[in-house]
Parts: sequence; structure tokens; C-alpha cells
Amino acid sequence: MPTSLLIISRQAPWSGPSAREALDIVLAGGAFDLPIGLLFLDDGVFQLAPKQDAKALQQKDLSANLQALPMFGVEDLFVCGDSAAERGLAPDSLSLEDAQVLAAHEITALIDRYDQVITL
Amino acid sequence: MAAVLLIESVMKFAIALFSAAHAPSSRRALLFAQAALAGGHEIVRLFFYQDGVYNASASVVTPQDEQDLPKQWRAFVAEHQLDGVVCIAAALRRGVLNDEEAQRYQREAVAVGAPWELSGLGQLHDAVQDADRLICFGGA
Repeated sequence: MPTSLLIISRQAPWSGPSAREALDIVLAGGAFDLPIGLLFLDDGVFQLAPKQDAKALQQKDLSANLQALPMFGVEDLFVCGDSAAERGLAPDSLSLEDAQVLAAHEITALIDRYDQVITL
Repeated sequence: MAAVLLIESVMKFAIALFSAAHAPSSRRALLFAQAALAGGHEIVRLFFYQDGVYNASASVVTPQDEQDLPKQWRAFVAEHQLDGVVCIAAALRRGVLNDEEAQRYQREAVAVGAPWELSGLGQLHDAVQDADRLICFGGA
């Protein structure tokens, strides 16, 4: 049985390369067909904010990469609904429809399901 | 009893470092790695990612009255012949190039060499699969 890995992405998409680099770990794991999950937590939920305009910040948009996750074999996608609500984002407005919305108290159980965790 | 068993069994650790050389978490990572080996455990790989790549940079100059982490890491990895991997994408983004990459991208500054190896994120996943535990330092 391969070791399962949960990536917890906690940074907003425009705060530096952290969100991008967390996603790169996930995509690499998907490419190797490893059991990998991705949880958007705290400011990480801003990565899923609808109607982002990356060009206004002269940045590249992560949204398209996130939408492609299931195609890369990464289907275990989670978002903390409490983090979203605290930041004024309605959980049903988030741009990643495949992500399962979890309450804060469900996250300990999620982490328990994985062998290893990386938080970025 | 469980704690005693844990101490007595040899663990295979993968260690991932995400913070810059001047961050306290980077020093903790080195102290943990040293303690792991001193306790008879194995380090299957060190993987430096994000700002952690600066820990492998020979270009860092530390004030004399402060800990020179890149130097200490280099000595530690060389002494124990550890597998020290620096993520190539993260290193390129931050200007921590080895000789090969400096030539490839026609840059003058070479900041990293032996005992470090520049490689891809597959090395992180490979280490996670190989290890009993992944220990991360300096994440969010």
C-alpha cells in the first residue's frame, strides 16, 4: 500500500509562490499515481474565490490549474467551509465544484485518514 | 510502554524543510536531523523546498556571531553522506543554481554544489514512500 499524503494549502493565491508550490506537490503526486489529497484551509480558500482577475495583479491564474486536478488523477479535494464563511465566501460559490466542503470539526478526521501531511 | 518501544525501534525519517536559512525552524530542522542520527535512526532524504532551498546556498553570508546554517547543513550532509535534495524548480525561482543550471540558463552566479543535488518534486514523494515518517519544518 502506498503512503497517502494530504497537502494542506493555507496561503492566498497572491501572497507569494506558496499556493503554487503546494499545488505543484499535489500535481507531482498525481503524476506518480500516489494517493494524495488537497485541503484548502484558512486563507487557502481564497484560491477558490470566484471571478478572480489575475491579470490586474500581473500574475498568473491558478484557477485553471486547480480545475485540471481531477484530470491529473487528484480527486480527493476538500475545502474548509468555516474558513470560506469567515472570509465572506459562500461555500457553494467556490470555483472548484469537485471539492468536498467540510466543517472545521471534520478536519481532524480527514487528517487522521492520511499517513502523512504537509502544510504550506 | 509504547514510548519505550518507539525509542528502541529504528525509524526511517524523511525531512522536508520549507523555511529560509535565517528562520528558527531551519535550525530546529538541523537539530532534529542530528538528534535522529544520534538516536540511531535513519534519514532517507532531506528535501529542501520553497525558501528552504536557501539552506543549501553557499552564497549566504551569516554575521560572525550568528549560526551559519548553510555551512552547518553542508558539513552535516557531507559527514553522514546523506541524500540532500534541493527542489530544482524552487531553487531556480530563487536564484540558487548549481553549475549545470547556471550554464543552462546562462547565469553567472553558482550558489549550490556538492553535497547537494538539484532534483524534482518526485524525490519528495519518493522519500515519503520510503520513510516511516515525514517530518516537516517551516511550513505555514
